[in-house]
Amino acid sequence: MEFVISQWPRFLDGAWLTIQLTLGGIVLSFVLAMFFGILGTVGHWLPRAVATVYVEVFRGIAALVVMYWFIYALPLATGFQLDDMFAAILALGLNLGAYGAEVVRSSINAVPKAQIEATVSLNMSWLQRTRLVVLPQAWAQMLPTFGNLVVELMKATAVVYLVGLHDLSWVADDLRRLSGDTIPVFLVAFALYYLVAQVLIFCVRLLERRANHKLGRTPPSGGGLIGLLRPPTVGTKVGMAK
Amino acid sequence: MSPSDTPENTTAPGVEGNAADAPLIVFDKVVKRFGDLTVLDHLDFNVEAGERVTLIGPSGSGKTTILRLLMTLEKVTEGHINIGGEPFSHMPRGSGLVPASESYLRQRRKSIGMVFQQFNLFPNMTVRKNIMEAPVHVLGLSKDEASERAAELLDLVGLGDKIDAHPTQLSGGQQQRVAIARALAMRPEILLLDEVTSALDPELVAGVLDVLREVAETTDITMLCVTHEMGFARDVSHRVLMFDKGQIAEEGHPDQIFGDPREDRTKSFLKSVLENGH
Repeated sequence: MEFVISQWPRFLDGAWLTIQLTLGGIVLSFVLAMFFGILGTVGHWLPRAVATVYVEVFRGIAALVVMYWFIYALPLATGFQLDDMFAAILALGLNLGAYGAEVVRSSINAVPKAQIEATVSLNMSWLQRTRLVVLPQAWAQMLPTFGNLVVELMKATAVVYLVGLHDLSWVADDLRRLSGDTIPVFLVAFALYYLVAQVLIFCVRLLERRANHKLGRTPPSGGGLIGLLRPPTVGTKVGMAK
Repeated sequence: MSPSDTPENTTAPGVEGNAADAPLIVFDKVVKRFGDLTVLDHLDFNVEAGERVTLIGPSGSGKTTILRLLMTLEKVTEGHINIGGEPFSHMPRGSGLVPASESYLRQRRKSIGMVFQQFNLFPNMTVRKNIMEAPVHVLGLSKDEASERAAELLDLVGLGDKIDAHPTQLSGGQQQRVAIARALAMRPEILLLDEVTSALDPELVAGVLDVLREVAETTDITMLCVTHEMGFARDVSHRVLMFDKGQIAEEGHPDQIFGDPREDRTKSFLKSVLENGH
């Protein structure tokens, strides 16, 4: 146990790498999810086809295999070597972005048709309608699933250990090999992953509450920070505007 | 407001304009089908500029479809709609007409506004934003100008104090009055009213109808109104069209249609509406 405490800085280094991978992956997958998700709702078949190809390809391939491609196969094929960290974020982002794109697409499609008709009656263009009406309403719908995906992404970062990046999983396994303190080492890793996940979930719930507030939905039981520890159950009073 | 009193007169009584002027809205043998169901069956009718027309008839008779075609929410199956003497459902290409493209429709529907049965306010915006977003982004008004116009229109509909409220904080009747203000903010020449009081509790109906009476009296907006509020129709409209099975069963001055209907279908429809307490 003393050994584990003495190695605390290494745990923190590993956790910091895990956090960097997670944040990088969130930014990239968010951009990809929004782009391809919106593309998937366009009337013309071509953008929809592009979105479908992206989603099906990257949803269907393990992030680790994509990572192997970027780190080991790409240099052989092109002579161009990506930074390992960048390649890892790229692979994670592409993978989770494909799941996210489906969330964005279905949330946009869930915006009531009557809302779209109202934008037509006000002669809004597609861009105006999407920006002013559709996305702000779909956003509240996306967030709960985004919360899941963000935690999935954080856990998926553990595979970078297989391409030689020293993340939290790698540090824990390395310390286990050095010390044999298997149980304390993995207990600490367990706790750190859990902590990061809780912070992420907390942030998403904060966004969720804000999004629901903007739609005139009141938070259950008043709100406050305690309210964020459990999933928001939005009241059925969604407003009369359908 | 007292529409003139010649029952047979099908051009808008009291409407200015010389006889050479083409009608504002022309339906030319319009057919609308949904699958096997024919909702409008070779429908011909005209509406003059400034005229207020009420469409009545049993549900499924095609009244709402007429408004939805004019708002470009549906496309005609056959026939043509012209507005202001120019093609509306179709656009000129070469020497003929082809179904209108989205960009053509966007150009042509500028002059049309619509109020929906279910209000359809945007829940992600305050009342003010609901009214001013389209004038700012679509018409290019400055934010100050649009905000000022929103405040004026809210005063008109009697909700000046609700400008920063959220749609969910309003009653159905208040929401519908905001929806009317939102439509008027786009300065439409033609206003389509689709059963605007049908979703309201009875005690809220009068407030909405009063606002529409005020709009009718103080503007020259052409209005097409689908409603079951026969008193309102009688007060406000120049002409009533009775629809049945996608065609006009009877048309005339409100006093004639409500006081002395000639067609059996009109009689039985009016009887059923009255029995339902309207």
